[in-house]
Amino acid sequence: MIANYGYKDGSGEYYIAIDTDQCIQCPVDHACTKVCPKGMFEIITDDYDDNVAAIKQAHRRALAYECTVCKPAGGYARLPCTTACTPGAIKHSW
Amino acid sequence: MSAVIQPNTAPEKKEYWRWAENTWVDETKDWRAAKILTCGIDVGSVSSQAVLVCDGELYGFNNMRTGNNSPDSANNALKGVMDKCGMSLDNIHFVVGTGYGRVNVPFAHKAITEIACHARGANYMGGRGIRTILDMGGQDCKAIHCDEKGKVTNFLMNDKCAAGTGRGMEVIADLLQIPISELGPRSFDVDVEPAAVSSVCVVFAKSEALGLLKSGWTKNKVVAAYCQAMAERVVSLLERIGVEKEFFITGGIGKNAGVVKRIERILKIETAQTKYDSQIAGALGAALFANTLVTKQGASAPIKAAA
Amino acid sequence: MITAGIDMGSRSIKIVLLEDIQVEGAPQIKYDMKKPYLMMPGDLDLDQAAEIAFDNACKEAGVSRERVNKVVSTGAGRRQVGFAADSVTEMTAGAKGAVYVFPNAKTVVDVGAEEGRGIKADASGKATDFAGNEKCAAGAGSFAEAMSRALQLTLKEFGEASLRSDKTIPMNAQCTVFAESEVVSLIHANTPKEDIAKAVLDAVASRVCAMVRRVGIERDVVLIGGMVHSVGFVSSLKQAMDVEELLLPEYPEYVAALGCALLAAETH
Repeated sequence: MIANYGYKDGSGEYYIAIDTDQCIQCPVDHACTKVCPKGMFEIITDDYDDNVAAIKQAHRRALAYECTVCKPAGGYARLPCTTACTPGAIKHSW
Repeated sequence: MSAVIQPNTAPEKKEYWRWAENTWVDETKDWRAAKILTCGIDVGSVSSQAVLVCDGELYGFNNMRTGNNSPDSANNALKGVMDKCGMSLDNIHFVVGTGYGRVNVPFAHKAITEIACHARGANYMGGRGIRTILDMGGQDCKAIHCDEKGKVTNFLMNDKCAAGTGRGMEVIADLLQIPISELGPRSFDVDVEPAAVSSVCVVFAKSEALGLLKSGWTKNKVVAAYCQAMAERVVSLLERIGVEKEFFITGGIGKNAGVVKRIERILKIETAQTKYDSQIAGALGAALFANTLVTKQGASAPIKAAA
Repeated sequence: MITAGIDMGSRSIKIVLLEDIQVEGAPQIKYDMKKPYLMMPGDLDLDQAAEIAFDNACKEAGVSRERVNKVVSTGAGRRQVGFAADSVTEMTAGAKGAVYVFPNAKTVVDVGAEEGRGIKADASGKATDFAGNEKCAAGAGSFAEAMSRALQLTLKEFGEASLRSDKTIPMNAQCTVFAESEVVSLIHANTPKEDIAKAVLDAVASRVCAMVRRVGIERDVVLIGGMVHSVGFVSSLKQAMDVEELLLPEYPEYVAALGCALLAAETH
């Protein structure tokens, strides 16, 4: 399943898409939960009883603001989360 | 199946956001003859539904406004449909709660996300051919892909921004002083179909609407422009994950023909029809999940559920 | 030479009149700013409102309209000013005005009623980069205003109240429309007004800060726009941006208009 967390408002469209089928046999020990400076990722048991990555509820509505620290202006060349997830399950829409 | 829709509250003059609440029970069935009775409760930010399912078939539902207190909403929603058929919580084998009030359904045995429940409910209401579901709720908007069993394969939810939600519609209804149920029909009563309101943001769209009225637009034209804006916005959300037939719309705004028809126009796809109230999809899916849990997985729940 | 800058904001019209002061042998031209003028357009059409505002501003400054050599406009309604020779964006105007008031300004934070933005400025007052949150009401002053209305406080009282709180309560809603309902529920739950005020101002500050981060925070940082008058907001913003000092101009909502008047003088 592809889970898209985020929103679109007047200022733009901000979604983090997680391909949860890849989470089921995660080869990097859920590194996403450890590398995000804001701790936005968590592992949940979804409705079909699989353990998959998700964005914590508190952060879903403020992605544009929360993620700026990792975007180029914040001094990062690549996003920690997408780099840590080697299967490429995480994608940012902006 | 004869569905008798009985509005429980008449629209009051000052509260333009009020829509018709309704309760329905299948008079042709006798619930006492059913083997497994399950219940789904969907407490949303704006509306709440309780659905009763007998042996995997829809038996009854109640659809009402949530109000301020979520735990009471669950109880009230359930009571509404129980009273109609003489059932009580003791008769129910399993209750699944969903929606924002997932944590606030005190008598639920399990909670399942509204994404999964909507997909399951839409699969029942619209048929196994449903692949794309659009739920336009009170405070959020969801786009869901599912397979022929109603299992979710892709989803996208937007609950941050009021544009494209029921609240956004209520703001316009209040501003123009038009009852919300009339917005759809009135949006078609225009000479020329206007372009969408340019502001996405409801706060700015409000000022824009006032400006349009001042410049001579009729109320109907402003409603049409607003419905068009909402349709365009919702379509852009859908297009992020793509639209595959059959396409089904659930949620309160699904009853607003002004928005639905414009969505169909933009996508060039007709929405699948259902004979049921589109707002019950979540609760229905929940009740169906409950049914599966009891029948296939032998989940047992105490007959006396904790109140 | 007398020039004028007019900022046609979404909420109010601001006008600044400048007269240059010729000083023999001085390296730079100095300006004398007349008392700035503000008007709420209310129900008037923008071009009418601009005319009336300009008339009044000139009268109050004791200057006749004919003596004004050039007018430059900015703001959401900048193209509705018939008598303006030129119009510039709020970024250009804001950077110019801020650097004039604070010559070492590098980052200008402009929080207006409907738009919030971060502007990077160079030493000559030119805007080199900017990031804005236009089109979403949650990133600007109207968010705080709507919540202060829900608490039945003026914006000033709202800011002061927030300073009295030491708690951080979470705000789930990120949208002005939803936040209003959330504030109402918080009030019903007897949450102290001070805590609500702080949560709201913290929320706006963090959004504004995220925008400014897109252009990078470099000292000196100047805050302009009406929200400067909210002590609570200034405090929340300082915390969010993690800066020791936030420079505040004496007439914060007029800085963009000032920038316009300066540009008018430079290009005349």
